[in-house]
Amino acid sequence: MSKKVLVLGEVREGSLRNVSFEAIAAAKKVSGSGEVVGVLIGDAVANLAQELIQNGADRVVTVEHPHLKQYTSDGFSQAFIAVTEQEQPEAIVFGHTALGKDLSPKLASKLQSGLVSDVTDIEGEDDAVVFIRPIYSGKAFEKVQVKEGLVFATIRPNNIAPLAKDESRSGDVSSISVDITNLRTIIKEVVRKSTDGVDLSEAKVVVAGGRGVKSEDGFAPLKELANVLGGAVGASRGACDADYCDYSLQIGQTGKVVTPDLYIAAGISGAIQHLAGMSNSKVIVAINKDPEANIFKVADYGIVGDLFEVIPMLTEEFKKLLVNA
Amino acid sequence: MNIFVLVKRTFDTEEKIVVTGGAIQEDGAEFIINPYDEYAIEEAIQVRDAQGGEVTVVTLGGEDAEKQLRTALAMGADKAVLINTEDDLDELDQFSAAYILAEYLKDKEADLILGGNVAIDGGSGQVGPRVAELLGINYVTTITKLEIDGKTVKIVRDVEGDSEVLEAELPLLVTAQQGLNEPRYPSLPGIMKAKKKPLEELELDDLDIDEDDVKAKTTTVEIYLPAQKVAGRVLEGDLSDQVKELVSLLHSEAKVV
Repeated sequence: MSKKVLVLGEVREGSLRNVSFEAIAAAKKVSGSGEVVGVLIGDAVANLAQELIQNGADRVVTVEHPHLKQYTSDGFSQAFIAVTEQEQPEAIVFGHTALGKDLSPKLASKLQSGLVSDVTDIEGEDDAVVFIRPIYSGKAFEKVQVKEGLVFATIRPNNIAPLAKDESRSGDVSSISVDITNLRTIIKEVVRKSTDGVDLSEAKVVVAGGRGVKSEDGFAPLKELANVLGGAVGASRGACDADYCDYSLQIGQTGKVVTPDLYIAAGISGAIQHLAGMSNSKVIVAINKDPEANIFKVADYGIVGDLFEVIPMLTEEFKKLLVNA
Repeated sequence: MNIFVLVKRTFDTEEKIVVTGGAIQEDGAEFIINPYDEYAIEEAIQVRDAQGGEVTVVTLGGEDAEKQLRTALAMGADKAVLINTEDDLDELDQFSAAYILAEYLKDKEADLILGGNVAIDGGSGQVGPRVAELLGINYVTTITKLEIDGKTVKIVRDVEGDSEVLEAELPLLVTAQQGLNEPRYPSLPGIMKAKKKPLEELELDDLDIDEDDVKAKTTTVEIYLPAQKVAGRVLEGDLSDQVKELVSLLHSEAKVV
């Protein structure tokens, strides 16, 4: 049996997030030879429908309403439930993002379904689909199957490859009108703190600092390197506890779990809790004065040295490389 | 104010995970209160101290979880409830857990329910919002600040590094993010007092729950450890040569830049 799968296209600052294209690729596997339907929710999002289709969605359903300009669980669940009522899907895939994490359990509860969160890989397809997800913050993995009812999963950014974009694809775009009422949460203000718009959980490159960074100012060279590589800055718990940076940057068993293509750990000793948050990165570089530091055990490449010497040199060297590229 | 905190007993973050016969080996492991739930307990105690009322900590699990409940009581919670599912259920997913907790909470007239935003073992982060939905109350996840003024709750929540400032009304369920507060350690008098505080144990029968109502929708078919990472190369030579070599390796060997 092939499945009809709904995928939420997540919009941030007017653009679709990359994780939504990854979710389409995941939805294809779940659907077998079924249909993948993109869902767009917002105040003006229909212009993004083609992009979802070019990235593999068969068609798109949009719900637009002024009250959907900002995400609220009440508003978005009303919109999404209206789509499920019309489409009667057999499966749903979201990104495991702040929005996905907040919205999916509410919907799963409304739909009386299971929910497999934070999936990093999918084996098999259609009815035989098996979801792989980290447990104990990546110290172990589990394979999960849905026994009964709707198949609902959220996928971790950066783990499932999106399909190749095909600009010749076309598909139907339709809209549903939904009256969005009774929003119980009022958003007063959004204070942007993230590093130059590159989100830590989706970044392809993460430059992280630990106690070795020594001060808030010590993060400056790390930020510069991250900027050159188009990456984000992260931190160990030690650096956060010492007030060198905000807790929102913390990577580890408490904090964020990241899986970038390149993780550069500077002045991080490599406590087991930190390793849980980053050891599944594709390539790990460790820079530490202490040759015995635990971080070298998981690093692909290591440099024993002072990060304040090494990081600026690295930045210059990458600049040269990227100019020539 | 009638305050409830949903807590979970989890592996200590220091623990290495060992898998034997397809299951996580628990023998000899240290267990703790899920670190995110500690923030929730601390916040609950602070709200009670400021507003009056009572804090009840609730957990789902087996006998062993009594230890973590006593710790929460020693921190300052007033009452504890252990919903013991050990004998009734072999398998429990987030659907089941939320159902049971909501059945317990539905007639308690809670003003505020707190929990961690995620448990560091299962890592799904589902149970809080699911419970709120089942109770028909509003929820806000990953909060870093909470201020209560009458029925109005002012909240700051972490959204992937950005902060959202928002307002909601009681009754409300919130899930705690790191940075919300600094959880206290239980004091010695606190530990002594905790021994005398009420700890109620309930089973599914006490909540009129039929096992069929809480049958898991999902099932774990395998647990395994990730492939051991082989330690890589520590570069040698002059520092500037090492840096050049590293950039070239990342570009041509690892192909990540």
